Amino acid sequence: MQDKVKVSGGTGLSEEDIRSGKIFLTEDSLDCAFAWDTGVAITRYLNELKKGKIIASECRECSRIMLPPRMFCELCFRPSGDWVYVQDTGTVNTFSICHVHWDASRIKEGEKPYLPAVIEIDGASSGMGIMHLLGEVEPDAIKIGMKVKAVWKPEDERTGAITDIKYFKPL
Amino acid sequence: MKMRKVAIVGAGLTKFVRRALETPKELSYEATKTALDSCGLRLEDIDCVAHGTAPDAFDGIHQNGEYMVDGCGGWNKPTMRVYVGGATGVHAIVHGWHHVASGMFDTCLVVCEEKMSSAMPHAQGFFLTIFDAITERALHPNLLWIFALEMNRYMNRYGYTKEDMALAAVNNKMNGLKHPASQFRDEVTVEDVLNSEIMAYPVSRLDVSPVSDGAAAVVLAAEPVARRITDKPVWIEGVGWTLDTAYWATRDLYYPRYLDTAARMAYDMAGIREPAKQINIAEPYDPFDYKALHHMEGLQLSPRGKTVELLRDGHFARDGNLPMCPSGGLLGVGNPIAAAGTMKVCELFWQLRGEADERQVPGNPRLGVAQAWGDLMQVSSVVVVGI
Repeated sequence: MQDKVKVSGGTGLSEEDIRSGKIFLTEDSLDCAFAWDTGVAITRYLNELKKGKIIASECRECSRIMLPPRMFCELCFRPSGDWVYVQDTGTVNTFSICHVHWDASRIKEGEKPYLPAVIEIDGASSGMGIMHLLGEVEPDAIKIGMKVKAVWKPEDERTGAITDIKYFKPL
Repeated sequence: MKMRKVAIVGAGLTKFVRRALETPKELSYEATKTALDSCGLRLEDIDCVAHGTAPDAFDGIHQNGEYMVDGCGGWNKPTMRVYVGGATGVHAIVHGWHHVASGMFDTCLVVCEEKMSSAMPHAQGFFLTIFDAITERALHPNLLWIFALEMNRYMNRYGYTKEDMALAAVNNKMNGLKHPASQFRDEVTVEDVLNSEIMAYPVSRLDVSPVSDGAAAVVLAAEPVARRITDKPVWIEGVGWTLDTAYWATRDLYYPRYLDTAARMAYDMAGIREPAKQINIAEPYDPFDYKALHHMEGLQLSPRGKTVELLRDGHFARDGNLPMCPSGGLLGVGNPIAAAGTMKVCELFWQLRGEADERQVPGNPRLGVAQAWGDLMQVSSVVVVGI
């Protein structure tokens, strides 16, 4: 029995090892693409976004007004009932001021940080938030609990995507 | 249903490093062989393998679990991969426990591995694909966003400050200096954490664990077999796990509901009624400093909103009433995702056997809990172990 042997392997490499070619590396990259069917509920959601409206669905059982809308309530596990238009205003539940891109690379000097937030949309059930971005606001001025309103792209630029809302700005 | 008692009888790790020379299979082999050697077993003594590794995207090999089978000793054995994001490392133990507790197998190897450095330029980029393809991904989110959102909400709810969160980072990072597998060698102060580069407010560089390569393995055995292998078995007393909804923005982020359910499930099974009094060592999952505290609350080991107070009072120090991450955790040892959770269970195994060397928690600890967490802030697995 070798009680004392607990750690073995895990040979750390330095940047220098890589740069100097001391280590053999092989590189490969993939070029894959996807075309998603958006489904029944999200198709309606995206069509309404194109019109400048936010639509939710209501559960017949628990009466939750669900956003993003869905064809079934995951709590009651029944088909959802009516479609319900909700407001394009809401409340900031929480936010961040992000200085890195999606791939973890740093934003450049002078580039504005991303301002992601969870926004609870007025008219949906309490706590029903969506992730989006904030805009037309100084990062220092953002507060949890702040009321915000959607800023839409011009109608002819909308494509039926969550990005048809450019961002939410303080109300 | 009558379930058999299951013990952990051996454990092994590789060093956690920024970039490893070894391939994922080689890392798995090192940890697995070390775990087998630690309890004097050979591969032919093992009945089945529970294997964990995180997204295929990190290794660029689809169905990576099947590819990895040789490294984890699973060749021609009943082997299955378990994958629940960051919770994989503890969930793989739950998975192995099922195999043995059910009576199906007498022994099970649990092997978890992660090599994050192969994904270029940064593993973070591959996490874009965990978000909803249509309603979220178009915003180009990254994981830092959602953790920063959660951290901000948690701090705001209880009036915690950045300094409060930094205290947790320092607690874990300083513990990690004593860990032989740790990828860190430098002491860290609260000022260092506060002054580190801002990634996504309120998350700064030292609030977050690094990307790492590494592997961890444990050997499980049914009661009579375990007693033949070792005179110091560490028993799996309770297991629990939960998946919350992927509509992560529709719940309030200040409290980990997924963990509340999983922890209560594990404690019920272990017959624990007052976890904060009965548990001697906690290894909450800590990819971020706030997350260690958030999870102490979800694990029912600290009253909600009072955790910083207890941390300041030394309650969670190595020599405190309830040591938090004596291993150093992900912040102090490193974060090879799936392997990190298993590393926590390895730590409890050594601590309860009194074999944790410099890291040994005083007072003959008898009961420990390890936990891991992942995906869209929605999944958690919990394992309670005892002697």
